Amino acid sequence: MTTCSVSKGCFVFKPSTKKRRLSEKTANFRSPNHDSEDTELRFVTCQSLWSQIKSETEQIQEDLNKQLIDNLMSFLSRSHPDFQEKTTEWTCGMKFREIPTAALVLGVNVTDHDLTFRGLSDVLQDNITPYVALLDAKDCPGIKNLMQKLMGQLMNCDIEVDSLEDEDCVQVSQNRIRCSMPSLISWYESVTKKTDSETPSKKRNSSSRHWQTPPVVVIFKDMESFTTKVLQDFIVISSQHIHEIPLVLIFGIATSPMIIHRLLPHSVSSLLCIELFQSLSCKEHLSTIIDKLILTSRFPFKLGEKVLRVLINIFLYHDFSVQNFIKGFQLCILEHFYSEPLSVLCCHQGDAKKRVYSLSHDQCENIRKLPSFRRYVEKQESGKQIELLTNDSFLKEETEKLLEDLHVYHENYVLILRCLHVFTSSLPKYPLGKQIRELHCACLENQVWETEEYESSLQLARMLNKTDLVTMLQQCVEILMSSSGKEFDKTVEKLKELLTQFQNLEVAEASQERDVSISSQKELQKKTDLYHLQKTLLELKESRRSKKLTKFEMLRFEVVDYIDRLVRKYLVPADNRTLHEIVYFNAATVLRGHLNAAPRTALHTALNNPHWYLKNQALKCDGGGISNKAPDICIVYKLHLECGRLINLVDWLEAFSTVVMAAEEPNGDAASSDEVDDTIHARFIRAVSELELLGFIKPSKQKTDHVARLTWGGC
Amino acid sequence: MSRPEGTRGGRRSLQVKFVPDEDVLKHIADDAGTKVRKDKAQLSVSVKRFVKKLDNISDNEAQEILEENNYVAALGICAQDPVGNGSSISGSEVYSFQTPKRSNKMAELASELAQTPEKNVAPDHSKCPEKMAKTPQSSKCFLLMHVFSLLFQNKKKEFVSTTPYRLRKRLAAPDPYLESESEYSASCSEEEDEEEQKEVGTVLSDQKTPAKPKAASTPPPRNTLAKRIKEQKMGNLVEEYFEAHSSSKVLTSDRTLQKLRKRRLNQQTLHDLLKNAPLAYAAEIRHLNQQHESLFSKWMLQLHLGFNIVLYGLGSKRDLLEKFRTSLLQDSVHLVVNGYFPSITVRSILNSITEEVLDHIGTFRSPLDQLEFITKRFKEDSSLELYVLIHNVDSQMLRGERSQQILAQLSSLPRIYLIASIDHINAPLMWDQAKLSLYNWLWYETTTFNPYVEETSYENSLLVQQSGSLALSSLTHVLHSLTLNARGIFRLLAQHQLEKKDNPSYPGLSFQDFYQQCREAFLVNSDLTLRAQLTEFRDHKLIRTKRGADGVEYLLIPVDDSTLTDFLEKEDEDV
Repeated sequence: MTTCSVSKGCFVFKPSTKKRRLSEKTANFRSPNHDSEDTELRFVTCQSLWSQIKSETEQIQEDLNKQLIDNLMSFLSRSHPDFQEKTTEWTCGMKFREIPTAALVLGVNVTDHDLTFRGLSDVLQDNITPYVALLDAKDCPGIKNLMQKLMGQLMNCDIEVDSLEDEDCVQVSQNRIRCSMPSLISWYESVTKKTDSETPSKKRNSSSRHWQTPPVVVIFKDMESFTTKVLQDFIVISSQHIHEIPLVLIFGIATSPMIIHRLLPHSVSSLLCIELFQSLSCKEHLSTIIDKLILTSRFPFKLGEKVLRVLINIFLYHDFSVQNFIKGFQLCILEHFYSEPLSVLCCHQGDAKKRVYSLSHDQCENIRKLPSFRRYVEKQESGKQIELLTNDSFLKEETEKLLEDLHVYHENYVLILRCLHVFTSSLPKYPLGKQIRELHCACLENQVWETEEYESSLQLARMLNKTDLVTMLQQCVEILMSSSGKEFDKTVEKLKELLTQFQNLEVAEASQERDVSISSQKELQKKTDLYHLQKTLLELKESRRSKKLTKFEMLRFEVVDYIDRLVRKYLVPADNRTLHEIVYFNAATVLRGHLNAAPRTALHTALNNPHWYLKNQALKCDGGGISNKAPDICIVYKLHLECGRLINLVDWLEAFSTVVMAAEEPNGDAASSDEVDDTIHARFIRAVSELELLGFIKPSKQKTDHVARLTWGGC
Repeated sequence: MSRPEGTRGGRRSLQVKFVPDEDVLKHIADDAGTKVRKDKAQLSVSVKRFVKKLDNISDNEAQEILEENNYVAALGICAQDPVGNGSSISGSEVYSFQTPKRSNKMAELASELAQTPEKNVAPDHSKCPEKMAKTPQSSKCFLLMHVFSLLFQNKKKEFVSTTPYRLRKRLAAPDPYLESESEYSASCSEEEDEEEQKEVGTVLSDQKTPAKPKAASTPPPRNTLAKRIKEQKMGNLVEEYFEAHSSSKVLTSDRTLQKLRKRRLNQQTLHDLLKNAPLAYAAEIRHLNQQHESLFSKWMLQLHLGFNIVLYGLGSKRDLLEKFRTSLLQDSVHLVVNGYFPSITVRSILNSITEEVLDHIGTFRSPLDQLEFITKRFKEDSSLELYVLIHNVDSQMLRGERSQQILAQLSSLPRIYLIASIDHINAPLMWDQAKLSLYNWLWYETTTFNPYVEETSYENSLLVQQSGSLALSSLTHVLHSLTLNARGIFRLLAQHQLEKKDNPSYPGLSFQDFYQQCREAFLVNSDLTLRAQLTEFRDHKLIRTKRGADGVEYLLIPVDDSTLTDFLEKEDEDV
């Protein structure tokens, strides 16, 4: 069975045997050369961890959207109050012309919108109305398609809700009936009437959630992409019938609410009664995700500094998409568990303990190979060193201890990081970053207290005023109290003590101030001349310079020093911890290669420097040059770079054959043949058509036997 | 072969300084070394002007570039990348506007490459540092290199003619025919050269005068200048692009393949020739491919976890994917799509899914409906699994927005696993954020260096003889399925067309004449029969009808004469 054909482009292959393998994913997890490395267990761990994280992210998304959806719900319930009473009075008719519309500003991260809409429509269908239609711009090039899509969706959901017995009847009618507003209305009437006429006892449970006459909600997912004409037509038509069918529109907007007025002329937009809803910005969403997924000790898996930076940069510079961030996170988990045999220990503490003791000998060797572990071993005394390197069970005990240390380190790290963030996030100019993620990266990167930014932050912290300082300390106390461990009991005590000192200071200061003010008043009451004033001022200045710090200042120094001490103790970069390789994923380049690839760069390298890929000495050459023994396509490419917009094929061919012949017979006389060898000609043809396939050149009709360059360069 | 680049007017003469260093250096190395000193007085003047010009760069530009660098630095962890892919190159190197080249540069480079067969072939670069070290005022020398190009404009003839001449001598034994033909077209030759040079000269002298007072100032240190040049290069990128593309005139030689006394190869001989030619670096390429093959199981895993995989990098990835298919997909339903196949459509891809994978009989109104059907079936039946391999998802036929949208939606179905390859340099531009998120790609660099045999075989290659064999075979094929009379009718038309082949304004055979002839040959008995027959021909694209100015219908066979002759000969043999 080949897949080459001159008449066909698609080939389907079906296995002869009908049996299918479904649950053999783990088989792929096994890399060929390691066998005894708990692949199965690793895979299971990876899957369970990912599903945990996934559900967590979904929960976060839901929570964040809750506010928005609640607002929308109340809007919907307000939208058609009169319709309930079936008032068809003329006076209401005028008002009914306006279609209630919600404009949903969702932000530029279009890829995340889908999830939001799905959540929204689920909630709507559960609570308000079964009649929800989601419309995509790409499905609705014309008003006819729009109506078709709309009715199709509405009638389908009708089937689902009522579980009609004559399903095919509806199916047929959906295709047959003319998709127009009147037919929609008649459908709506029949549906609502049916609900009415049915015995309440039977319908009670299902319709209790919905109202008697539920509104029909039409969601335009991407309003910007709809054609103006379609939107206008739809709005005008439906406004004609708004008193017959309770329609509500929801516009999904990625840019700004102004777009409504740009898309719709006033005559149309006046038919809408628009209310604006703003979703949470994607940056906040990301912060929450980072907060809940990364800055927590709940999940054993951690991202290294560079990896985190890559993910955040892709988010900030490329798409603002939280979904993509999570996808990247998923990839990190996968890569980590796939490539690191010891990742089997990257699980919750209780499991890890058990797993440590069931490690195979190979795995113990793997532990010994870890750079961080080696460093650790070197620090031990010689007796222990030998034990660690030879005795597996001793190693396991030690590993267990180290893993526990690592876990404790994480718990402490997160708490202290948050405390530090409380301080740094309120400093002017944010030397250590405004967001906690920046601080986190800085701390992971290297010892943060050695950086200039940290130094300047401390400087600034020493100038904080008292109220700020007190609130910050209170926040820190709260953060530390929230931890379950006992590690920080002392710290909390100390902080509380500092707080009470501040309080005492207040009292003391107040009295002191009173003294000062009285004395100064006294002085002022005296008659004074210019000379004396100058003198007193000078004295005052002198005294201030020489005066030792006030109590408040002393206390402030003490606080800052204390924080500094905490930082130095707990915010040690993870790279310094023993066994950090087990839980930290650090292969940033792999991640970047998979998520943010540069295909053009790879092509460039391959064409300009084939030695990079083909490790052959003949190809090696330094500088920007290229060996004449390089693959044909490289030579042809290099030659074409020297040309302008058009390239003469004959010249090109001759140049190519000169190079190739020289390479083939370096000492032979080139003049031996004036004719281009057929093989060389063929090779040239192949290389040129390959360049065409790659998009560097295209045939040109401007001049005979010329091709045009498609890349920049030349003139 | 000597020709200055399209320098015209004052503005363009400034462009000259972007002639690459190595270019200039080579001239210095060749024979201009001594002249450098001689012309020094004149040079220093131009240096000043050059410097002055550089001062004009606005700080804004510099700032912008700085920011850009920050961005690159922020994203580019690549500095520490030890991995085996080529991502350690900065973007400016890949995308930058290359320095203007003279039209004979290709020949020069070729001779250069040919002359140094043993050692590496970067004479410019390797020479460069030595040269600079030797010269006492190395910093100045660097400056001068840029400036020389200006001066060389005037002396171009003596300088430039050397290398190409050498090349020409070496390229071929004197062949009067070829030699005479290889002259350049008149549109871009000597007179104009002189004109241009004159212009350049005047510009030079014009600008010299205002620059003179400043001549006393010292040139800035070398590295800052170099940096500035770079910055300026970046800033002028856009301008340069449009400048380069503004003039419609292209300076290339007028030689054509026809005059090369070289028969064009047809597809078959080309194929045979290439088959016999040994593949260079086979061992290294095999090694490279083995590396990629070790990733197969990982791909499988990632496909199962909801990612789709896209392969990029130089070289055909067809064999790699085939190997993946044969080694891992034998037990599962899979679909292979040759994107490079010239008449592939999304429709045919969807059809093969619905008809062959899902065993559905029936048609669909639109691809969207079809997609909906597929989606539904895959949702209902959780045992369905489908692997889709697309070679060249960026091909001409599939790169359209709608096609990509449908493919993206298809790939986002949970149990459809897509693995595709791309080759075109601009392929990633087909996907916007929405499509990318549907595709959920994982990118893999798989540079294979394999020749694109299959992928280019369908192409109407520029150099391959347009054999028309396909047309011929289709002609005979269709005609064999027709009645004897129909064949006769077609023959008649063909013969008539061949008789008139020397008449370039031959409009075709008018219907009435044709009817008359057919009647006489007892081929048809009424014009209705003839019309019916002609309709059939037209449906198979064997003939084309055209209405003349007088309203008469003319019939023409849209095949070139040689094919038609071949066809008639073959028919005669058969009869």
